[in-house]
Amino acid sequence: MSRSARELPVWVDAGLIPFLNLAAAFLVTGILILIIGESPVESVKIMLTGAFGYGEGVGYTLFYTTNFIFTGLAFAVALHAGLFNIGTEGQAYIGGLGVASVCLALGGFPMPIVILLAIIASALFGAAWAFLPAYLQAKRGSHIVITTIMFNFIAAALMVYLLVNVLSPAGSMQPETRTFDESARVPLMHDFLAGLGMVIARSPLNLSFFWALICAGLVQVLIWHTKLGYELRVLGANPEAAVYAGMKPDRLIVTAMLISGGLAGFMALNEVMGSQNRLVLEFTSGYGFVGIAVALMGRSRPVGIILAALLFGALYQGGADLAFEKPAITRQMIVIIQGLVILFAGALEHMFRPQITRIFARRNPQLRGA
Amino acid sequence: MEWLNFAAQITSSAIRLSVPLLFACLAGLYSERSGVFDIGLEGKMLVAAFAGGAIAAISGSAWLGLFAAIAASVAFSLVHGFASITHRGNQIVSGVAINFIAFGLTAQLGATWFGTGGQTPQLGDNARFLSIDWPLAGSLRGVPVVGHLYSQIISGHNVLAYLAFLAVPFTWWVLYRTRFGLRLRAVGENPAAVDTAGISVETMRYSGVVCCGILCGFGGAYLSIAQSANFVENMTAGKGFIALAALIFAKWRPVAAMWTCLLFGVLEAIAIRLQGVPIAGIGPVPVQLMQAVPYILTVVLLAGFIGRAVPPKAGGVAYLKEE
Repeated sequence: MSRSARELPVWVDAGLIPFLNLAAAFLVTGILILIIGESPVESVKIMLTGAFGYGEGVGYTLFYTTNFIFTGLAFAVALHAGLFNIGTEGQAYIGGLGVASVCLALGGFPMPIVILLAIIASALFGAAWAFLPAYLQAKRGSHIVITTIMFNFIAAALMVYLLVNVLSPAGSMQPETRTFDESARVPLMHDFLAGLGMVIARSPLNLSFFWALICAGLVQVLIWHTKLGYELRVLGANPEAAVYAGMKPDRLIVTAMLISGGLAGFMALNEVMGSQNRLVLEFTSGYGFVGIAVALMGRSRPVGIILAALLFGALYQGGADLAFEKPAITRQMIVIIQGLVILFAGALEHMFRPQITRIFARRNPQLRGA
Repeated sequence: MEWLNFAAQITSSAIRLSVPLLFACLAGLYSERSGVFDIGLEGKMLVAAFAGGAIAAISGSAWLGLFAAIAASVAFSLVHGFASITHRGNQIVSGVAINFIAFGLTAQLGATWFGTGGQTPQLGDNARFLSIDWPLAGSLRGVPVVGHLYSQIISGHNVLAYLAFLAVPFTWWVLYRTRFGLRLRAVGENPAAVDTAGISVETMRYSGVVCCGILCGFGGAYLSIAQSANFVENMTAGKGFIALAALIFAKWRPVAAMWTCLLFGVLEAIAIRLQGVPIAGIGPVPVQLMQAVPYILTVVLLAGFIGRAVPPKAGGVAYLKEE
């Protein structure tokens, strides 16, 4: 945390400033929609209705939210240790390989066993893909940002090779696996709740959503209530202090990255086992990178991450409806909005801070001189 | 003769493929030497390719297209500078944002202005940079070795390709033989010292970032109005990141950058050539493996097995002037 952040009230630091950043991003989006020749006000209405206005839309919003919770948590855990894991995209992609291996191999097995093993496999595969960059950072000082970017591309090449040459069924030209058996799928939320007597609209929302919330709770406990979490935060705040306190930075770096990669791998549960029911090319479609924005907006805290993930989930679903309703607006508009939010809420997060600090300094003399 | 022809063809195609990498790699060099990391090379090349393709199509002039490409790319690099120099934001996050915005914006505007598919219209010959045949290239073609070297490798590229390779000695000269270059390198290694000498760190870093934008503009224009005849969605397809890998592989040095880009170009040319062709004793090499080699090589280098890649010392760190 920077100096001025500590001196501002929490509601300003975690509420007002992110809100202003978001407002700036949406303002630019609005101007862009005007340039394209559509009405920004109408677009906002369509997006809000699309994301929250009807059952199916809410389901889709929460489905995307699940992806963003996983990738946001993944990025945040590494960030607490001072590591910039830009490779969550590749780790989630390889996590999908783990999920698919379990689902393809254990077709007829009872569902709870398959799901349990798929959870383990997704974490193991995702963590394995994070291991080498982590090890190289710890032992040889190789810059983790660069190595994880490289590993994203290596993962992409590997998955194309596997899906084209190894995993696609004989005789099929599609670069994808066969569809998983019924027992090798995460139950959809509407089926699950129907079993309990509740009727909700059909959507790809599945039980992975609960697992994402549980993971958020586990990360909360890990970072703020365990020795390991404390050590990770010390390493992130001051690596030299960590060494003097007798901690082992090498081991901490690798541990943080393994946890981060594992959390990223969980994203594949939602996409591959919960919705697509087969492994397809590029199923991660940028969710890993959006996780960076989710974690930064959520101030790397699980509650904040859930809220930020919900925002991005709503943007994603609302944007899809907008592209559907307005032929002039393509699905790529969502990518632009995400990029603008990453820019204003991430890279330009300090843009309004000096002015805000000055305003509060005038009100509260204690802040003067900050 | 057979293998000589083959080698000449591979080399010629490698040169063509390495041009956009070289532009982007030198672009990154200016920015990162000044202490501003840039993973947004990809996005800047993409907006440049789009602006170049669009303006060349509308105006019918390749040079206006090139100018528009550079302007668009510089505009994006100023956003990067605004975030990471003026507001001391995270340079990696800013780069990610620029890549997102560039990808979405080019696709959306392409669809809005030119109809479905997000492509720009096909360019006529006047609106493109065509390959230039050097004098006597045609008549020397049949001569062994000399003909291969002169007619196929030296002659027959477009003006932007020659510019890319001229930019290498130029960059070397700027970096190591001019006052500007000395200051640029200093500001990436020890900004406080530069500041103490009375030179503005901000101005120097903005200069580096703008140079980066200009060169990315050339790279993008090469893609859409020289190598191809229009812009298609996401046409950079990761070239900005291969260029980033090349920059690290070259240890942030201009001449080494050229050799690395050529090496990566050769790999790509071979990958295209050998698609599905079995190699004696090994069998068919998966094309994906060839595509991944630049990234794998860079990781191996970063692991410290081929020398050591030490980035500019102050790279990625915003400079906070003492008051």
